[in-house]
Amino acid sequence: MNNVVEKRNAGEESAVGRFVENLKAAPHRFTETMFRSGRPHSDRTRSTFVFGNVFLHLHSVRTHRWSLRWSATWGLGIAAFSCFFVLVATGVLLMFYYKPYPDVAYLSIKDIHFVVPTGRFIRNIHRWSGNMMVVIVLLHMARVFYTAAYRPPREFNWVTGMGLLAVTLGLSFTGYLLPWDQLAYWAITIGANIAQSPREVTDALGMTQWFDVGGLQKLILLGSEEVGEEALIRFYLFHVMILPLALVALIAVHFWRIRKDGGLARPVDADTRLGPPSGEVYPVFTEAPQKTYSLAAIVKGRTAVVGRGPEQTIPSMPHLLFGEAAVFMLTIALSVILAIFLDAPLKEVANPAVPENPAKAPWYFLGLQELVSHSAFMGGIGIPMIVLIGLGLIPYLDRETEGTGIWFGGPGGRPLVVGSAIFGLAAVVAVEAFVIRFGWIRQWWPNTPQLVVTLVNPGTLLTFLYAVYSVWCLRKYDSTRAGALALFTCFVCGFVVLTVIGSYFRGPNWDFYWSPSQWPGH
Amino acid sequence: MTTDAKPTQTARSRLEPEAMPRRDFLGLAAWWSAAAALLFGFLGAMRLPKAAVLPSPSKKFKVTLPASVATGQPYVPAGRSVAIYKDGANVYAISTVCTHLGCIVKATDSGFDCPCHGSKFAKDGSVLKGPAPKGLPWVELKHLGGDIFLVDEGKAVAAGTTVIA
Repeated sequence: MNNVVEKRNAGEESAVGRFVENLKAAPHRFTETMFRSGRPHSDRTRSTFVFGNVFLHLHSVRTHRWSLRWSATWGLGIAAFSCFFVLVATGVLLMFYYKPYPDVAYLSIKDIHFVVPTGRFIRNIHRWSGNMMVVIVLLHMARVFYTAAYRPPREFNWVTGMGLLAVTLGLSFTGYLLPWDQLAYWAITIGANIAQSPREVTDALGMTQWFDVGGLQKLILLGSEEVGEEALIRFYLFHVMILPLALVALIAVHFWRIRKDGGLARPVDADTRLGPPSGEVYPVFTEAPQKTYSLAAIVKGRTAVVGRGPEQTIPSMPHLLFGEAAVFMLTIALSVILAIFLDAPLKEVANPAVPENPAKAPWYFLGLQELVSHSAFMGGIGIPMIVLIGLGLIPYLDRETEGTGIWFGGPGGRPLVVGSAIFGLAAVVAVEAFVIRFGWIRQWWPNTPQLVVTLVNPGTLLTFLYAVYSVWCLRKYDSTRAGALALFTCFVCGFVVLTVIGSYFRGPNWDFYWSPSQWPGH
Repeated sequence: MTTDAKPTQTARSRLEPEAMPRRDFLGLAAWWSAAAALLFGFLGAMRLPKAAVLPSPSKKFKVTLPASVATGQPYVPAGRSVAIYKDGANVYAISTVCTHLGCIVKATDSGFDCPCHGSKFAKDGSVLKGPAPKGLPWVELKHLGGDIFLVDEGKAVAAGTTVIA
């Protein structure tokens, strides 16, 4: 009691005064405590800004100048992640109104479209981001392949990326059923029967009775023999829970490995290619370097940054983070613009008795649909498996070092890619034109055994042509990388041309038409 | 420099390394049993999503064949994927579910056309063109008297099986 009186007498602030002072300073102090080390003005605070933040510390503190050139990545990885972020945000919003039960589902989508405030806009953004994510993931894969960025020590991250591609397509496909309209119902019927298509082979071999892997796959996928309420709730579960969780886990591994594998791939002579840093670049180590890490243990082995100085690196904050923010904003802007001008489609409510004519899958599966129009098993399972396994094996078969980190790097280089593109386009157009004009085995010899029709069809012929061409390139340039460049380029050409044919040149009964205006009325 | 005097090929003693040290063996056994436990746990859990009772609607239904159906003209009962034909006194039913990827084929004057991937079938259901691996199955039909028939979409019969009305 005496002390308080003494303090007051000494002319110090009263408790109320201090309280008011603290109250005034609270917002400022709150910001200070949120960011542990203050504003990023010096090299030291710039690094603490990155590693002192739980969301940013996956970045390295400094980034190589090579990785920051737009042409190194075109920002595709961050763009794909941005799409996923937008999809989660809009997806959660849609879940407020969506009800996963047949017919009710369709009505709830109608509600979202016509009644719910901003519902149509949010659904459109969700749809466009989903489409963009598929495109961007494919482009990202092409970028990594053409810059040979899958090479040691980044092999495993390429495989993780394959997993991400598969989960992305799975998310897109499961989302396709949810509106429960005609488009959804028949696309999923086709998809489920593709899962069942190993029966085409087991039937031909007469062993379906005791080994029916196709039937089992369809049963697990649909929970029934037909697309119905069981299938809808399963697809919903996959779309909002199982696959997003798998995607998040894979993204975590993917990002973490980028960091651990030494950042982005770059050529060995990147430093000489870049030349000395420009004057604008914040100079390296203007202050005495301070240890910013703690060593838990010293272990033997190589790490990606041993023996490399920081001279060609610049602080991630702001150089990398601003770039990422720019990509993020561009991605969102694009999906919002598309969402404003183009509505997500919604057809009539699903009718199990009458298929759409033509019944088309999502556009990125229309290349596959073109292949399954020749054989369900080879087109829907056989060839995609060959492609996926082939892509996954690339980093383990190409152990060369020439051209890492350079666009179209490696023996053959750009001329080889151009040649392969010409061959790839010519082959797929020739095969498709032949089939459209002259038909295939069954029309010529109706009694051909099914196994022959399954194994020898336009899709497998095209795969064979591409493989032969790739081996020819491999021998010509005496390089696995050259073979891989040829095969990958052919695969891209085949994918694009088949998708375009499936999208624009197939009409009712999957017949060929030069334009939809020639479709017969129905 | 001294070198260790190595005993020349004596009987194995406890001091010599075993083919696989006991600890390594136990360690491996522990890992493999953990992996086996996970595998069988996963397989056991996978029994749940494989439905034991299928919720599919009944595939048997009664149908009254209208007298107006002419010979060779398909009659498709509403909501069903079966085309019923009259051929004089003979009546038969052919499934309209495409054997390729499960789309519903359309009965036309020349046979059946699939809208999804262009398979074409003859009047008797056999494949003419396209990716379908098998012909359309004929399904079981029972005559219940008068114009009433019992159709079982789930039960295939040999092509050419008819019932006499």
